[in-house]
Amino acid sequence: MAISNETSDVVRRSATETTSPSARKRLEVAKLIDISRCIGCKACQAACMEWNDLRDDIGLQEGTYANPPDLTDQTWTVMRFHEKELPPKGLSWLIVKDGCLHCSDPGCLRACPAPGAVVQYSNGIVDFNQDACIGCGYCQAGCPFDIPRFGRKDGKAYKCTLCSDRVAVGLEPACIKTCPTQCLSFGAKSDMLHLAGERVRELVERGYDRAAVYDPAGVSGTHVVYVMPHGDPELYGFPKDARISPTVSVWRSSFARGLGVVTMASVLVAGFFHWMKVGPVDPDGRADGKEE
Amino acid sequence: MTNHWTDIKNANVVMVMGGNPAEAHPCGFKWVTEAKVHNKAQLIVVDPRFTRTAAVADLYVQIRPGSDIAFLSGIMKYLLENGRIQHEYVKAFTNASFIVREAYGFDDGLFSGYDEAARSYDKATWAYELGPDGFAKVDPTFQHPRCVYQLLLKHVSRYTPEVVASVTGADVAKFHQVCELVASTSVPNRTMTSLYALGWTQHSVGAQNIRSMAMIQLLLGNMGMAGGGVNALRGHSNIQGLTDLGVLSDLLPGYLTIPKESEADSARYVEARALKPLRPGQMSYWQNYGKFYVSLMKSWWGDAATKENGFAYDYLPKLDKLYDVLTVFDLMHQGKVNGYLCQGFNPLASVPNKAKVTEALSRLKFLVSIDPLATETASFWKNAGDHNPVDPSKIQTEVFRLPSTCFAEEDGSLTNSSRWLQWHHKGAAAPGDAWGDAEIIAGIFHRVKELYAKEGGKTPDPILKLTWPYQRPASPSPEELAREYNGRALADLPDPADPSKTLAKKGDQLTTFGLLRDDGTTACGCWIYCGCYTDKNLMARRDPDDPSGLGLAPGWAWAWPANRRVLYNVASCDPAGKPWDASRTLVRWTGEKWVGADVPDYKPDVPPSAGMAPFILLPEGVGRLFGADKMVDGPFPEHYEPFESPIAGNPMHKSPLARNNPAARIFKEDRAMLGTSEEFPHAATTYRLTEHFHFWTKHARIPAILQPEQFVEIGEALAKEKGIREGDKVRVRSKRGSIVAKAVVTRRIGPLQIAGKTVHTVGIPIHWGFEGLTKPGYLANTLTPYVGDANVQTPEFKAFIVNVEKV
Repeated sequence: MAISNETSDVVRRSATETTSPSARKRLEVAKLIDISRCIGCKACQAACMEWNDLRDDIGLQEGTYANPPDLTDQTWTVMRFHEKELPPKGLSWLIVKDGCLHCSDPGCLRACPAPGAVVQYSNGIVDFNQDACIGCGYCQAGCPFDIPRFGRKDGKAYKCTLCSDRVAVGLEPACIKTCPTQCLSFGAKSDMLHLAGERVRELVERGYDRAAVYDPAGVSGTHVVYVMPHGDPELYGFPKDARISPTVSVWRSSFARGLGVVTMASVLVAGFFHWMKVGPVDPDGRADGKEE
Repeated sequence: MTNHWTDIKNANVVMVMGGNPAEAHPCGFKWVTEAKVHNKAQLIVVDPRFTRTAAVADLYVQIRPGSDIAFLSGIMKYLLENGRIQHEYVKAFTNASFIVREAYGFDDGLFSGYDEAARSYDKATWAYELGPDGFAKVDPTFQHPRCVYQLLLKHVSRYTPEVVASVTGADVAKFHQVCELVASTSVPNRTMTSLYALGWTQHSVGAQNIRSMAMIQLLLGNMGMAGGGVNALRGHSNIQGLTDLGVLSDLLPGYLTIPKESEADSARYVEARALKPLRPGQMSYWQNYGKFYVSLMKSWWGDAATKENGFAYDYLPKLDKLYDVLTVFDLMHQGKVNGYLCQGFNPLASVPNKAKVTEALSRLKFLVSIDPLATETASFWKNAGDHNPVDPSKIQTEVFRLPSTCFAEEDGSLTNSSRWLQWHHKGAAAPGDAWGDAEIIAGIFHRVKELYAKEGGKTPDPILKLTWPYQRPASPSPEELAREYNGRALADLPDPADPSKTLAKKGDQLTTFGLLRDDGTTACGCWIYCGCYTDKNLMARRDPDDPSGLGLAPGWAWAWPANRRVLYNVASCDPAGKPWDASRTLVRWTGEKWVGADVPDYKPDVPPSAGMAPFILLPEGVGRLFGADKMVDGPFPEHYEPFESPIAGNPMHKSPLARNNPAARIFKEDRAMLGTSEEFPHAATTYRLTEHFHFWTKHARIPAILQPEQFVEIGEALAKEKGIREGDKVRVRSKRGSIVAKAVVTRRIGPLQIAGKTVHTVGIPIHWGFEGLTKPGYLANTLTPYVGDANVQTPEFKAFIVNVEKV
C-alpha cells in the first residue's frame, strides 16, 4: 500500500543492498493508544475500513465481542476484549486495539526476502508494497506481534499502514480522526511519549500504581505506543520482552548470507568437478528416451 | 436533558445508572472523558451488566434488573440521615417544608386512596394542606411531622444498606462507596451529573426511577447547576424533537395536552391547565397556557379558529382514555383497528410480545409502512423460517410500502438530547423512488381532503379547514415548516406596558414565546420552539465561541426554550441571587436585573428579595420532593417488583397487591402470559450494543461486519451449571416465546443473592431480525412482556424472566 511519491522518504527497504534515498527527513511520528480511555466502540475499525476501502466478510459470533475475531487482509485493526480480575477495581474489561506497532527495528522488514516489499519511511511508518510482495509469509514469522495477514485472493501480505497516505499530506490516521474519547492521539513521537507520561501520572493518581508506557526496546521502540493502566503487557496480549525471533536474525544475517554464498560456490565447484570427471549430460543417451 | 452534553465536563461526579453512554452515545461520552481529565471527576456505573461504560468507570456496582428505586432510596436515606444535603438549597428551592394533608398515608406498599378493582389511586389525599389564603402551609424548620422532609425521611428509612443489598443484590461496601461519592456533591462547589436512558424508562416503574434521581439531585442542590441535572440521553437523533412536537397519543406540540372527553369547552380545558400559584409571589408559568393553546390553533386552522368557536376547540380530538401504543396494538389484536400508518417505526420489533403483534397486524385490513428500510414490520407476513414462522396464506393484510428518505437525504432540523435544534443540510440524493416524509404525508393529506370535499363525512372541517400555506402544496419545504412552528404575528402587537410601541409588526416572525397572545393575534406551531427561526434561521448557527468556558456556546444552533442551555439555572444562585459557586456562574442578580452567560430561567427584573422560587413552571415555584398528585403511582417512589420477577413476592411488602406497581395497567390476556419464577428462574434484560443502532444498521455493511450474528450474554456460573461454552447455541425461553442465539459467556454478568436466593441474569442484545445484512436472527421482542410504565406506558423491556438451555 505504499505510495510511490513517498520513495524519497524511504529509509529502509527489505532485501535491498543499495543506499536508501536520504535527501528528506520527516518528523518521527507515533500513535498513542491509551487503553484506560478506550470504550471499545470500534469506530476506529469502521474508519479504517472506510478510508482504506476494506470490507471483511459478515462473519459469525464466536463467543466474544471481538468482531471480526482476528486481523485479516481486510481487517487491519481489531478490538480485543480481555476479562480479568485486577486491582484496584477487581473485575476489569481490558479493551485493546490491536494492529501494526510500526517498530523502529521492524522484524517484517528484516525477514522479507522480496526487494522493496517492506519499507520504512523517515517518519517511522513501516509499509508493505504489495506489488513487490511474493507472499512467502516470512514477514509474519518475523513480526514479534503476529500482525501481517495474507490475502485470500492474492496471497499477499497486508497490515495497518498508519494511513501513510494521509500522514504524507499532513492528516492524522483515520482511526485517530474518529476516536471519540481521546483514547487515540497522533503526533510527533516525542510529544506522544510526553503525553503518555502525563496519562500514566493521571492513572497513578486514580490508583493504578503500575501504569506504564509500552514502547518496547527490543524492537528499538515503536511508532504505536500504548498506555497500559495495569503495566504488565501480557495482560493485554503483548509480549513482555518484544524482540525479533532469533531465527529471523540468523536468516537475514551476514552469516546466513555468507552461508548462502558458500553453498552456491560449493555447488558450482562440485559441478565443475563432476563435468571434469563425467563430462556433459547427453539427453539423447538415456536408455528409455524419456526425460527425467 | 435539564443540562446539555457539553455540560457533563463540568461535573465532579458522573453517575451513570439506567444508561450505557459509552456504547449507546460514544460521541457524547467524550464529555465524560473531559470531566475525568480536567475535573478529576469520578465515574460511577450502576447496572445489571458490566458494560463498556463500566470498563472505564472508577466504581461499578452490579444490581438486579428492576431494582433501581431500592438503590436510589437507600442513597436518599444515607443523605438525609447523615445530613449530607445542601440545607440552604433544600429549604429555599424544594417543597421539603410544605405540609401534606393529614389523610395522606402509606401502608404496606400502598398509598392512600387505592382502588383495587380499578388498579388506580384516588389522589385527593396526595396534596398540601392549604391555609385560608389558598396557599400551601409550610414549616421552614422541618419539624412538623407532616412536612415533606419528615415524610420523606420516614418513607426512605426502610431502605437500610442491608435491605438495599437484599433487594438489589448490590455489594454493601460498594453501595457505601457510591453513597459517599454522591454525598460529596452536597457542598455548593461540587456537582454530580446523572446520565440515564432507556435503562430507567423501560420499566413498569420507569417514571419513578427518574423521579428518584431528581429528588437526590434536589437534596444535593445539583439542579440548575453547571455540571448537575438529570440528563436523559435520548435514543434517536431526533426523539427529543418527536416529544417536543407532541407526536404522542395524548400530547399536542410543546407539551400541551389533548383535551379529555369530559372537557366540553376550551375555557374549561385551559383553566384546568393554567395552574394558579400555590405559594405567594410564584410565577406558575403554565398560567400562560391559553396563549400557547390559542396560538397553536391559529397556526393550524387560521381564520377558521375564532374566539367564538373557542379557537376551533371542537376540531381537536377528545380522549375517552389513553391511546398509547400498548392500547392501540391491543385494540388491533381484538380486531378493532382497520388500518395502521407506520411512519419510521418498526413495531414488530418495538412493541412487546412479537407473537401478539404479529396476530394484531394480521387482523388489519391495511398496513402502510413509511420507512427508508425494509423493516420486519413491513415484512411481518413473510415466512422467514424459524425467525418468522408465519403462514402468508393465512394473512390478508394489504401492506403498502412507501420508501422515504433518511435524515442525510434531506434538509431540516434535529433536536438532540441537549434540546438543541440543529439545522442540517442534505448530503446525498435518496435512492430509487424514495420521497421525503413531508411529501408523503402531504400526498395522503390531499387525497383525504379530496374525499372529504367530495363525499362529506361526520366531521370534515378539521381536514378541510386545515391551513396549508406552502408554496408547493405537494411538497412543504423544511424552511416553511420551521417558520410555521416558530410562529408569527397575525396583527401588529402593541407593547402592553406602552401601547404607543409595537413589539412585532403583522407578518413578522416572532422572536420569543413571551409575545404570544390568547386573543388570536399570534400563530405558533410549537411555543417552546418560538425564537428558533426569526428573520433568520437560528438553528443553522455554528459559532462555537464559549466566553464562559462552561460549554454553553450560545451561538451554536438554538436551544429551547429561549436558547437557554441549562434549565432552572436561577437555582444556581443562592436566595440572594449570588452564585453558589462563582466558578460555575451561569446567571446572577446585578442588583437591577438577572444577567449571565446563559439566558436566565426567570423573570429578568424580579429581585431575589421578592421570593419567587426558581422552578417557575410549577405552582409551588420549588422542586418537588413530594410529587403531590402528578404521578399516578405515588407521591414518593417505592420499590415494586417487575411484572415478571425472579423472586416470589416483594421483599419490601407483604400485601400481594403491592408485589408489582399497583397502578400499572396490564390487560387481562397479557397477565395470563406472565411466567413464574419456578418455570423461568433467571432475570433477563434487553439492550443495545455500540456496533448497532436499533434495527437500522444491520442493513449497512460495516456495522454488520462489526457485530454480525445474534448472541446472548450468560454469566460463567450459569453457563457452567448448564454446560454452555462460549459460542454454543442456546435457546432462551420466556412465557411468550423463545429465541436461539450464540452464547457469550462472561464474568461481567454474575449471579446475585436476592432475598436469600441466587439469581442469574441473562443479557439479550436487541439488534437482530429477519431483514438486513447481518446473519438472520430472532427479534428479541419475541420474549418481552406486554406491560408498560404506570405513568407513560413505556414497555418493560428491561426486566423480565427467562429460562436458558443449550441447543
